[in-house]
Amino acid sequence: MGIAVRVSDLTKLYQRYAHRKQFRTLKSALLKGNLIGELRPDETFTALSGVTFNVWEGSTFAVIGRNGSGKSSLLKVLAGITKPTMGEVEVNGRVSALIELGAGFHPEISGRENVFINGIMLGLSKREISERFDEIVDFAELEEFIDAPVKNYSSGMYMRLGFAVAIHVNPDVLLIDEVLAVGDQEFVHKCLDKISEFRRRGKTIILVTHSLGLVEKLADEAIWLDGGKIQVRGDPKKVVDAYLAQVTSREEEALAAAEEQAVAEFAALPEAGPALDEESPSQREKGRWGSREVEIAEAALLGPDGEPRHVFDTGDPVTVRLRIKSSGTIKDFVFGIGIFSADGVCCYGTNTDIEEFVPLSLSGEGEVRLVLDRLDLVEGTYFLDVAAHQRDGYPFDYHRSLHAFRVNSRVKDLGIYRPAHRWEFSSNISIKPPSDR
Amino acid sequence: MLKNLTNLFRYRVLIHSLVVRELKARYRGSVLGFFWSFINPLLQLLIYTFVFAYVLPGRFQVEPYPLFLFTGILPWTWFSSSILESSNVLITSGNLIKKIMFPAEVLPFVVVLSNMAHFFLGLPILFAFLIYYGKIHWTLVFLPAVVLLQLVFSLGVCLFFSALAVHFRDVQNILANLLMLWFFSSPVIYPYLDISPSIQRWLNYNPMTHILVGYHQTLLTGSLGHWPWLLAMSVGSVVTFLVGYAFFDRLRDTYAEEV
Repeated sequence: MGIAVRVSDLTKLYQRYAHRKQFRTLKSALLKGNLIGELRPDETFTALSGVTFNVWEGSTFAVIGRNGSGKSSLLKVLAGITKPTMGEVEVNGRVSALIELGAGFHPEISGRENVFINGIMLGLSKREISERFDEIVDFAELEEFIDAPVKNYSSGMYMRLGFAVAIHVNPDVLLIDEVLAVGDQEFVHKCLDKISEFRRRGKTIILVTHSLGLVEKLADEAIWLDGGKIQVRGDPKKVVDAYLAQVTSREEEALAAAEEQAVAEFAALPEAGPALDEESPSQREKGRWGSREVEIAEAALLGPDGEPRHVFDTGDPVTVRLRIKSSGTIKDFVFGIGIFSADGVCCYGTNTDIEEFVPLSLSGEGEVRLVLDRLDLVEGTYFLDVAAHQRDGYPFDYHRSLHAFRVNSRVKDLGIYRPAHRWEFSSNISIKPPSDR
Repeated sequence: MLKNLTNLFRYRVLIHSLVVRELKARYRGSVLGFFWSFINPLLQLLIYTFVFAYVLPGRFQVEPYPLFLFTGILPWTWFSSSILESSNVLITSGNLIKKIMFPAEVLPFVVVLSNMAHFFLGLPILFAFLIYYGKIHWTLVFLPAVVLLQLVFSLGVCLFFSALAVHFRDVQNILANLLMLWFFSSPVIYPYLDISPSIQRWLNYNPMTHILVGYHQTLLTGSLGHWPWLLAMSVGSVVTFLVGYAFFDRLRDTYAEEV
C-alpha cells in the first residue's frame, strides 16, 4: 500500500489587508509607481503551522477540531485551492473536494447543462460525463427536473445534484468538509452508503467533521487540530477522547468564570427576596438574598477526586459542599439544595427540614456536605440553588441560579433523569449491542 | 508563467463550455433572446445617427455616416463590455475560486470571448449594410487580422484589470469613467482623418485608435494606409497580453483569499 497524501511541515499564513483604506492605497500605489509592492500584506494570520501526516492509500482519515482550528484551510490546501506558505503537500491521484456542494452552478441554465459544466470544472471530460450522466441524475433523484433551470431547485435538490456530480468524478482521493451536515436523513444515509462504497473500492477519504460518532465509525486514523497545530494523531478513539477531554476543560473554565462573575455580582444585594408568586420556571432569574445571619460563603460541586468541578459525566459521584459562616449562635436553621435544568424545571430539591433533621445550634464557620452517589442526569447544563433559612422560611442566605454545571454523556438519551438500567432480550431477538466505547 | 500559459490550452473545453453557458444564460428568460445581440447595437446606432445626422448635420466628411458609426460601435462595444465585466468577474465568481480548484484566468478569457461572440453576432447586420451600400472591398480579407489584434489586446487589458479589481474594488468605478474618456478619445463617432494633426498626434497613443482605423479601412474605405501602425500594434498587443498575464499570474495565489 502506498501513500495517498503526504503532508510535511505544512504552514499556511493568511494575509490580512483588512485595515487599509482602499482608495487611498490605490492612489498612493499609483503615485509611488509601486503597485506590486503595495500589495504586500501588513499582517498575517497563522491558519496551519507545522502540520505533518501521511494518509495511506485506501484508508479513511478524519480531521476534528473546533471552529477556526484550521480544518478547512487544511482541506483547501489538499484540494489545491490555496497554496502552502511553507512545507510540502503531495497528493497522488485525482482529487475531488466536497467543500461546497454545487459551487459553480449557474442559476439560469438547466440542471443538465450545469452537470456538464460542473463536471468539466471538476476535471472530467465531456465523454466521461455523458457516460455517467444517467447515474448522476439517478443518484440525485432529479429525473423530472433535470431540464429545469437550477434557480428553481429547492436547496435540497441543489445540494443533491452538487453531491452527485462531485462523487461521480470518481476520484482517488475524496475530501469531504462537513457536507454531510446538510440534507435530510434519507439523503445523508445515501451519502454515507456511497462513502462506504468508496472505502470498499479502496479509495482514500479525508473527512472533516464535527460528528465524532462518524469519526469513530468510519475513520482508520484521525488527527485533532487546534490553533493550526496537530494536538493528537492516531487511533480515532484516542483522538476523539483527547478532543473531548479538552472540550470538557474548556467548558469547565467557562462555567467557573461564569459562576465567579455571578457570585461577585450578587455578593452585596438586598435582603428582600422576590415575591413568591413569580416562581414560574421561565422567570428564574439569577439572584441572592437573605439576612446573612448565616452566610453561605461558598457553594461547590466536588468530583470523585474531592476537587471542585463544573463538568461531570452522567453517573459520576458528586458532593455538594457548602461553606457556612455565622456571626452569632443560631438555633433555628435549615440547609437546602435544588437542581434545576437550564429551562428552569426543578430536577430535584431537598432540605434538612424536609428530611426531618432537627436544628440544635450553629456558630462560627463550618461545612455542610450533601453526598450523591450517582448524578443520574442526562446531558445538559443545570443550575444549583443553595439556601440557608429558618424553618418558617425566613431567609438567611439564598443563592438562586448562581452556580451552573454541565453534565456530558456519550449517550444522547432524552428527558432529565437517567435511571441506572440495562436491556434484556429473549433469545429469538437478534440485536447487536453498541460497540464498546 | 510559461507553464501556466500552456495550461490554458488544456482548459479550452472548460472555456468553451463556459462561453456557451454565458451566452445561453444572458438572454434566458427574455422574450427576444438572442435578438438582443442585434437590437442593442442597432438602437445605439439609431441614437448616434439621430444626433449626428439630424441634430448636428454635416460635421464629418464621411458618407454614409450611419454605416461608419456602426463599423466603430460594434468593436468598441466588444472592448468596453469586456473590460467592465472582467473588472468584477473574479469577485462575482468568488465561490468558484474559493471552493473548487479552478484556474482563475479562465474567467477573464470567458468574458472577452463571450463578448466577442456578441460582436460576431452583430457582423451579419454590418455585412448586410455593406452590401446595401455596395461597399465590399478586397481588404475584407484582413478583417480577421484586425479582430485577432483586438482580441489579444483586450485579453491583456482584461487580465490586468480583473486582477487589480480583486485588491482595489474602486477599479470598477474608475473604469466606468475611464471608458467614457476612452470612448471619446477613440475614432468611433468621428473619422480619424477628420481631426487636426495636432490632436491626431495625441490620439496615436491610444491603441484603440489604430484598431478602429483598421476596421474602418478594411471594411469601408478599402485601403490599407494604416498598416505601419497596425504592424506596431500587433507587437503592442502581444506585449500588453504578456504584461497583463504576468500581472495576473503574479497575484494568482491571493485570489482564493481575497475575493
